[in-house]
Amino acid sequence: MLKAQSLSIGYGKTRIGSGLELTVQSGDILCLLGPNGCGKTTLFRTLLGLLPALSGTVMLGGKPITAQTRAEIAHQVAYVPQAHAPPFPFEALEVVLMGRTARLGLFGQPGRNDRAIARNAMDRLGIGGLAHRDYSRLSGGQRQLVLIARALAQEAPLIVMDEPTASLDFGNQAQVLAQIAGLVQDVATRGCAVILSTHNPDQAFALNAQVLLMKDGVRQAQGSAHEVLTDASLSNVYGIPVSVETTSSGRKVCLPSLACQSAPTITSDALTIA
Amino acid sequence: MDAGKITDVSLHRPAITLTGGLALCLAVLAFGAVMIGPYGLTPTQTLAALSGRGDPQAQIVVWNIRLPRVAAALLVGAALAAAGASYQALFRNPLVSPDILGVSAGAGLGAVAGIFLSLPVAAIQATAFAGGMVAVGFVTLVAALVQNTDRTLTLVLIGVVIGALAGAATSLLKVTADPYDQLPAITFWLLGSLAATTTEDILPALPMVLIGLVPLALLRWRINVLSLGDEEARALGIEVARTRFLVIASATMITASVTALAGVVGWVGLVIPHIARMLVGPGFGRLLPASILIGASYLLIVDTLARTIAQVEVPLGILTAVIGAPFFVWLLARGRHGWS
Repeated sequence: MLKAQSLSIGYGKTRIGSGLELTVQSGDILCLLGPNGCGKTTLFRTLLGLLPALSGTVMLGGKPITAQTRAEIAHQVAYVPQAHAPPFPFEALEVVLMGRTARLGLFGQPGRNDRAIARNAMDRLGIGGLAHRDYSRLSGGQRQLVLIARALAQEAPLIVMDEPTASLDFGNQAQVLAQIAGLVQDVATRGCAVILSTHNPDQAFALNAQVLLMKDGVRQAQGSAHEVLTDASLSNVYGIPVSVETTSSGRKVCLPSLACQSAPTITSDALTIA
Repeated sequence: MDAGKITDVSLHRPAITLTGGLALCLAVLAFGAVMIGPYGLTPTQTLAALSGRGDPQAQIVVWNIRLPRVAAALLVGAALAAAGASYQALFRNPLVSPDILGVSAGAGLGAVAGIFLSLPVAAIQATAFAGGMVAVGFVTLVAALVQNTDRTLTLVLIGVVIGALAGAATSLLKVTADPYDQLPAITFWLLGSLAATTTEDILPALPMVLIGLVPLALLRWRINVLSLGDEEARALGIEVARTRFLVIASATMITASVTALAGVVGWVGLVIPHIARMLVGPGFGRLLPASILIGASYLLIVDTLARTIAQVEVPLGILTAVIGAPFFVWLLARGRHGWS
């Protein structure tokens, strides 16, 4: 479905990452983990063909992404940006309908069939009731679900989500995560796959995802969450001691150590003042 | 998360009825504007004159003086509002007006140069149109050469630069122009007026505006998607650069042709799309016709005031600013969060 080989990413002369390899097939969830500024967003933009690769290739559906039109790319991969506030008060249903754009002709308008698909996508995520609400006045979690519904309406087999749970409260994070998990299981037969980035490694365990662990634009580890996310690898990437523990229900969670961080800082401050 | 009240009524459902109402309102206003003037007419006289019967003098007033002027006001108002709505969607900013890319400044320079060279009226119209198109063409060209990832911001800033240069050139021409003959004409033109408009002046502008409206109407769905921003629009399958160029070219052609006809009339393209958006929502398929109807009605009212409230003609630009500016502040004050 999507295959990136010896990929170097960056803007113009600024190289942000290199030596990246990834393959995504239907039914996969690939989770990108790494500290701020490690190149996750740049990698996404490159995978979506929004930013040219500095070197290496991105193959989408067996063809180089650079040789495809925006409409061809949109048929194969949908993008879910972080929930944003749009400049104009569109209805939520209108926002979802925009996912149909690549299926319409240059001068086309969404028709009855497109509306049915858009409504269906909203119903599937349990937000059918928001259809005629003003998107710009929805909560962050509702907006995120509307944007996921838009990706579903796009009917692309691969969905790329940029930190879908960023800026969401605890409950909404779990809601969105559950929908992502449901999405891949539900449509696995139709060949759907998801690539997402997150700042919370617990989510990779919760989704039972494949993981690409990045630091400074370089791959640190790649494989299933259970293989890749260890005390050592997480501590190395995030620069703080992390321990991976298993709860009584059998789920793994990542616990950053707070104690040994704060203590020396306070001591040194106290010494400086003294 | 609360799925919200289940409701199947669109926020913008009454759009068709509303648009019909606006069209009716426009027709009534246009009829009223034909009646009003120094040579007052009753509705019966107006109807008779329109159908080519009755008092010959009334027929001359209606056909040769009032109708061309009413038609010009409708055309200019509709065009500026349509262009404003397009630019606002494209630049994702409801504070944008049609002269954002320097079309007014360019058309102003073209017209002032025409007046300076004592060209005939038709030629001044042509130089004004050319000035507007060249200015925006220059802006898009320079913006394309500047390496910056934010294409929209680059366009706007280059627009400011080119607008300032055109303004400087206009000032230079004003300083060197004949203060008794040319300068009053220049000043009047830069404030906008339909005082001397004849049918011959409208004829070149009308097809330009209509041709410019066609791509905007056809691309109405894509213009919605463009208002999400370049990155998302591209990810949704739009060739953004090409589509944006088409919208800019169309909206600029519309603005340049009516600016050549009426001079620089500010505020219409800024305020009217706001009102239209409040009535029918931001969907461009509804916003464009609503903007056209409201813009036409508004400029008709303003122009009728311009020719009746005083012994002398009041320049349009003065009235649109006096009415538009406080109204805009009111819009901002009552606005919901952000732009709406």
